[in-house]
Amino acid sequence: MVYLTRKAEFAASHYYDNPDLPPEENRRLFGKCNNPNGHGHNYVLEVTVKGEVDPRSGFVIDLKQLKDVMHREVLNAMDHRFLNKEVPEFLHQIPTTENIAIAIWQRLVTKLERAKLHRVRVYETPDLFVDFYGEA
Amino acid sequence: MKAHLSRRYLFSASHRLHSEAMSDEENHATYGKCNNPYGHGHNYIVEVTVSGQVDPKTGMVCNLVDLDGFMEREVLCRFDHENLNTLREFARNVPTTENLCIRIYEIVHRGFREVHLERVRLEETMMNSFEYRG
Repeated sequence: MVYLTRKAEFAASHYYDNPDLPPEENRRLFGKCNNPNGHGHNYVLEVTVKGEVDPRSGFVIDLKQLKDVMHREVLNAMDHRFLNKEVPEFLHQIPTTENIAIAIWQRLVTKLERAKLHRVRVYETPDLFVDFYGEA
Repeated sequence: MKAHLSRRYLFSASHRLHSEAMSDEENHATYGKCNNPYGHGHNYIVEVTVSGQVDPKTGMVCNLVDLDGFMEREVLCRFDHENLNTLREFARNVPTTENLCIRIYEIVHRGFREVHLERVRLEETMMNSFEYRG
């Protein structure tokens, strides 16, 4: 089994707010991240797939195909967007790094040919990242 | 849905690798430049990985403010800008990065009970890192 990771960057804004909670509770839970005008990050996405090496091509997966899937399914939707207002998953769900990683997994998991999705890692900053392995 | 959250912190500390159980020659042979008598320093990066269900109320595995506060109080205040060899933790233990990584794991595992601790990873330099999963 060989693991292959492809990276991509996207720039997006977001804010943290739960509309079912009162404003004071939102401010207490989320601090500056609750600013309704949003703030931004250069997110770094790492998509790791796993599979056996095809003896004919020497590939685990065609990187061009992986790159196209990542652009089509994730980057076109999230890059240079205000996540809370423009991405369907986050109209009613807080776009925390955890939920972004899960949403990206769900967008990619059925779209790969030959290789299996192993992990989605999302860096919100260089010092904060989330891994999702598809576990319920 | 279960997710793994990792957070990285920087602290600067000095240490010298020297074991009282070995002769001077053995220490020099085992530790090389790391045995220099005045010690040397590193900008350590400690990476803490916790895991758990994403709370539907907050969208988080754990509250970062709590984790950051705990790490500041119990780890960074303890080790930042210190000479590790002078600390109680390393009175009978060589302050290798392996031992420091285990020590930090124990501190977090015992003291931060909000969420499951997966591992502590410690980068000594850009080239060397160590990981402990308990």
